[in-house]
Amino acid sequence: MNHISPVLWEFLVKWLTNFALIPPEASKIAPQMDALLFFMVLVSLIGLTIVTLLVTSFCILYSKGRHPVAVQVEGSTLLEATWTIIPLGLFLVMFVWGALIYFRVYTPPANAMNIYVVGKQWMWKAEHPGGQHEINSLHIPTGKPIQLTLISQDVFHSFSIPAFRVKREAIPGRYTTVWFEATTPGTYHLFCTQYCGTNHSQMVGDIVVLTPEGYRKWLDESTSGMSLAQNGERLFASLSCAACHNARPDARGPSLANVYGAKLALSSGGTVTADDAYLRESILNPSQHVTQGYAPIMPTYQGQISEEGVIALVEFIKNLNSDYRIQQTLNTTDLLPESEGSPRRPGPAAGGPAAKAPAKQGSAAQGMVKQ
Amino acid sequence: MSATIVSLPDQSTARIPKVNYLTKENGILSWLLTGDHKRIAILYLISLSFFFFIGGALAGLIRLELLTPQTDLMATDTYNKVFTMHGVIMIFFFLVPSVPATLGNFLIPLMIGAKDLALPKINLLSWYLYIAGGILAIYTMAAGGVDTGWTFTTPLSTHYVNTNVLTTGLAVFIAGFSSIFTGLNFIVTIHKMRCPGMTWFRLPLFVWAHYAASILMVLATPVVAIAIVLVALERTIGIGVFDPAKGGDPILFQHLFWFYSHPAVYIMILPGMGVISETISTFSRKRVFGYTAVAFSSVAIAVFGFFVWAHHMFIMGISNYAVLVFSLLTMLVAVPSAIKIFNWTFTLYKGSITFETPMLYTFGFMGLFTIGGLTGVFLGTSGTDIHLTETYFIVAHFHFVMVGGMLMAFLAGIHFWWPKMTGRMYPEKISQLAAVVTFIGFNFTFFPQFILGTLGMPRRYASYPPEFQVLNVFSTAGATILGVGYLLPVLYLTWSLKYGAIAGNNPWQATGLEWQVQSPPLTENFTRTPIMDHEAYDYEWLERQKEKEVTTSAG
Repeated sequence: MNHISPVLWEFLVKWLTNFALIPPEASKIAPQMDALLFFMVLVSLIGLTIVTLLVTSFCILYSKGRHPVAVQVEGSTLLEATWTIIPLGLFLVMFVWGALIYFRVYTPPANAMNIYVVGKQWMWKAEHPGGQHEINSLHIPTGKPIQLTLISQDVFHSFSIPAFRVKREAIPGRYTTVWFEATTPGTYHLFCTQYCGTNHSQMVGDIVVLTPEGYRKWLDESTSGMSLAQNGERLFASLSCAACHNARPDARGPSLANVYGAKLALSSGGTVTADDAYLRESILNPSQHVTQGYAPIMPTYQGQISEEGVIALVEFIKNLNSDYRIQQTLNTTDLLPESEGSPRRPGPAAGGPAAKAPAKQGSAAQGMVKQ
Repeated sequence: MSATIVSLPDQSTARIPKVNYLTKENGILSWLLTGDHKRIAILYLISLSFFFFIGGALAGLIRLELLTPQTDLMATDTYNKVFTMHGVIMIFFFLVPSVPATLGNFLIPLMIGAKDLALPKINLLSWYLYIAGGILAIYTMAAGGVDTGWTFTTPLSTHYVNTNVLTTGLAVFIAGFSSIFTGLNFIVTIHKMRCPGMTWFRLPLFVWAHYAASILMVLATPVVAIAIVLVALERTIGIGVFDPAKGGDPILFQHLFWFYSHPAVYIMILPGMGVISETISTFSRKRVFGYTAVAFSSVAIAVFGFFVWAHHMFIMGISNYAVLVFSLLTMLVAVPSAIKIFNWTFTLYKGSITFETPMLYTFGFMGLFTIGGLTGVFLGTSGTDIHLTETYFIVAHFHFVMVGGMLMAFLAGIHFWWPKMTGRMYPEKISQLAAVVTFIGFNFTFFPQFILGTLGMPRRYASYPPEFQVLNVFSTAGATILGVGYLLPVLYLTWSLKYGAIAGNNPWQATGLEWQVQSPPLTENFTRTPIMDHEAYDYEWLERQKEKEVTTSAG
């Protein structure tokens, strides 16, 4: 073949080396998805074979040459019921099986590690909790459930990892989530699959699956020295959020400690659970989401903070389990020497009311200093 | 292949009737101002074919670009414009009007024993609207094109692209009214103009299918018109319906768009199914197996078709429970299609089958539509949709249904009724060859795309990872064969206008009323109002008619 046509030869070799009908299975959900796909392919092949066989044999048996005069047959309720009920039954099996997989893919487990992903024309930006940023790549460890919280800064994008069999739309102005657990280390394709403009086909990247040790090593090597929450804290300070959200008795905004996951009463009536989406909305569109007992005075930050900024703020608020950190940001904004009376790190576990009490004292002290 | 059923008049004496709808009046104005449904159908046929070949040329450019993994033939921007225009032209200016506006227009009055459609002037108006929309679409292409994709997804179309979104939107908007008017005309005609004795259950299944499609046209098309108006308002004065920064919802657009565009696929496929019912009955000399089931499955498809639109949005963050409901409804809509396939198959049972070109296209339709329909179930199943949606699997699926299904049905219909429309036969051998070439080319083009999609290749990509090249080369090679398959009919059908054998009234010995009048028909279709005194597809009635004729001429 090679001396007949080198081009054809190369073509053939390329085909054989790359010949595959499905992408590699590199996540826990992939084999489950493939099992359903195989089932469907099997059912389809059987169905297609039945139709083809019937058509072919009827064409042979009842061609005009063999069967010059047609015999009129009206129909048959029994036959028609058969080919209504059997396909319906098979389709319903697929429906239930598919729905189980669907719910699995879009219901992240509680212990999943969250990574934020922002899509924008034409790149993917990933924000790890440790403050590591990546563009058009995502490093993740095997054996740990990873939840992605996706948002788009401009148009619709779609985050697709064929090797994991997962895909989720990144929508402007709304968080969406998907999760997976990688099983096999390697580098896999990341595609944007929702058409997003000029360089849609260049909005691709690599999913790098590492062993847990490799992942730890990568984290250490790519740290910027600041965690995502710390970035958020810095932003919190520079935007002077603490001017109102400072937990003082006369504060104009509600305290944000432990607010994440809490049920809040709104001044418009009704309650809402403070999740990522709610926090984001309250920053960008605050007048729509005023907590009961507070005046709608917060200005909108729409257009002033990028989606990454919002994510950092949300991550900061999520991890805020005492007002102490806010006092610290007050300090940084006011550029005052720290008061001796301020308690040092209450520790993440000390999120209860006991830990809050001294913080409030501290805030009173600082408040005085400020005045 | 067994003997043909064609019964041609004695070729030495045969003549085309001197008076017919083609010769009644002459001059270009007599065509442009005509109210005759048959002439309007011919106008549609010519203009549709024109748009089909523009859309086809664009498809050729897409396949050429995808021959290599890099973007070497054109820039990504150009590629985006090419696939957008391919989609817009093929869907709004070919597939939606294809069978209804040509064959439906020509045949519905003939089949139900009426002189014309109920509203002949509206019929002409809808052609003009179609042409106005089409010219605007061509102008858009000349003026720099548009790169939103045929789905006009917001906010890309409203805030981010600076191409001709408004003119394209206007083109689609205008063409939409053409489609609404056609649908309206059919509904009124089928309700009000059936000849004496033509009860609903004596209607040919072609008419049933068009009736179902017409309901979809009238009810669904306004929604896309509204969606387009909202996009235009958002783009020009920023009303903020779809803009999250102004409190709008970008997903709302997709709901509105798919509320039309999902029924639209049934607008496209139902009339094609109508054609298949006619051809399969004629060439197996048998009444369609389970007439009522086939008729009602058309209506069922139309009704269910309205409630499945969100299956285009399974991964878009709509509620998981909404996904559950829409997935279930999608499974239900798959059932009537399965019923049709099996009923057509059993129509062959104990028939007396011949294999003329329309029948070959019909077999092509059945095979390809079965694959297209079954792969639709892969996508309607919520779990597997996550992996397969937005990839080449989708592209392959809808091309199997739309091109493999609808276009095959369109060609089956064009060949089947060509003798009626023109009074002349097409050349049989070469057209059988064309049908086979189309079938082979089609499978070569689109089957590899199922594998590409399963492997994860996203749609609308101008460049792709090198490991996908081999399958893309297959696909492009297949497209070349497919192109030949589509070019052949244009050539030999044009040839046959002058040199084809004289067809006579009823070359296929078919039972429909349209076959009982001269070919080409008179402008007024029937010299006196026909009376339908038998069931549809009654071949024994036809035999008795022939005996009567023989006795009359002998006596």
